[in-house]
Amino acid sequence: MNSQASETTNISISASQARDNSDRMPMRMEDEKIKIHVNDLNLYYGNDQALKGINMLIPEKRVTAFIGPSGCGKSTLLRCFNRMNDLVDICRIEGQILMDGENIYDRNVDVAELRRNVGMVFQKPNPFPKSIYENVAYGLRLQGVNSKRVLDEVVERSLRAAALWDEVKDRLDDNAFGMSGGQQQRLVIARAVAIEPEVILLDEPASALDPISTLKIEELINELKNEYTIVIVTHNMQQAARVSDYTAFMYMGDLIEFGDTDTLFTKPEKQQTEDYITGRYG
Amino acid sequence: MAPTNDSFSKHISNQFNIELEQIRTQMLSMGGIVERQVSDSIEALMNGNVELAEQARLSDKTANQMEIDIDQQCTKIIALRQPAASDLRLIISISRAASDLERIGDESGRIAKHAIEIANTGMNTRFGYQEVRHIGTIVTEMVRDVLNAFSRGDLEMAYKIAKRDREVDDEYRSATRSLVTYMMEDPRSISVILNVMWILRSLERIGDHARSIAIHLIYQVSGEDVRHKSLREIKEAIHDASPDDESDNYQSE
Repeated sequence: MNSQASETTNISISASQARDNSDRMPMRMEDEKIKIHVNDLNLYYGNDQALKGINMLIPEKRVTAFIGPSGCGKSTLLRCFNRMNDLVDICRIEGQILMDGENIYDRNVDVAELRRNVGMVFQKPNPFPKSIYENVAYGLRLQGVNSKRVLDEVVERSLRAAALWDEVKDRLDDNAFGMSGGQQQRLVIARAVAIEPEVILLDEPASALDPISTLKIEELINELKNEYTIVIVTHNMQQAARVSDYTAFMYMGDLIEFGDTDTLFTKPEKQQTEDYITGRYG
Repeated sequence: MAPTNDSFSKHISNQFNIELEQIRTQMLSMGGIVERQVSDSIEALMNGNVELAEQARLSDKTANQMEIDIDQQCTKIIALRQPAASDLRLIISISRAASDLERIGDESGRIAKHAIEIANTGMNTRFGYQEVRHIGTIVTEMVRDVLNAFSRGDLEMAYKIAKRDREVDDEYRSATRSLVTYMMEDPRSISVILNVMWILRSLERIGDHARSIAIHLIYQVSGEDVRHKSLREIKEAIHDASPDDESDNYQSE
């Protein structure tokens, strides 16, 4: 297939760029502008406490990764940032999450507006059964934008931002289901970017993809962080090490260690973190 | 956080444990060979034993090959296992230590070569032999101690070794001064004394390499990179509580 061919021709470029962190200085939280403050966050599913007194700062225009074994609460925490947990009946939350100083759990917060500002991408790509173009334009159409000129512009810009434009520009009217998994995932990211959110949440965005598509997604994350605050949950520790500026290690609902990625992966402070990232856990 | 022997056994992947244990053992046995080479080359000089000197030069080849093997193993582990944290530091420090050991081997080879040259002149002047014996004893001990420290992850000992390098540098300077005096007094001995000078230089370099292995060990165990740091800074990095003395401000080149 055409798209497959063009996917492979870009390999070398993507791989080298995704790893170009050579000029990276150790990051310091003191120097960052903080986008999200998490204050004493407790979350219960019925009687089970899934998050225990989480305090953390998510810096703006940086990539923050959550790592930890299954069931440690990392996805749960991620979902708190756009109140996805509201959809779970037995879920109860205590504490605060301040985004730009405003508590997103305040009674008068418009959840739809919040989710417009906080985009989310899931493990499995979930394009709509529509054309590639309509998938990206969907969010804007919902907002009542119908101008062909505006939509064309946004679709192109978003697809370019998601590093997909060159692969699909000649077949924008094709059904999105005809794309490869890696392309679908980037399409979903393009869809999230189209409505210009401030924060993008990625829940295992590359775990269902082949290594090359994975590299492309990682490369894309690197690009996107210039514009957006990104929070990513990943099971792949090497991926967390490659793409993120800050990493949080969680275990059994506790935030064990949170710090700049370089330090966390070379010289973690806590024994539990050390055991987990060196594969001694369990 | 110290990677002790037992911590290997906790890896989920048993094969990974085995591989890490192997490169460590290999590096330590390379250390054993090099340590022997150092003491043999000094002994050969002292006793004018050409045969022992030849032997010391030959074992350099073994050390060279071992360095290559260890490095290949390290590269392989990095590529296949993507080690992190203490595992990564262990591998990096072993690879670096192996290259320092190889240089120690080179220096011993040089000592042996000069020992042969001196023996071949047939002159039994023994200028500077006392100094060589003295500095030789210190650096042989340093090499042995640093290998012991490496096998135990002993930071305190690593610091002491870094400190002893200062002693070697001082002794080296005073030994050079007295050799210059000998040369002025007896110009016919200059060629032999130059050989001894080179030997002293090699011994001093061995001291530097032993110090540098100690520094790699500190990185491995504590995660602190203390290369090009003064002794005081090293001490702070490893939280050593022993009282300061004037040598703590000393910075090796």
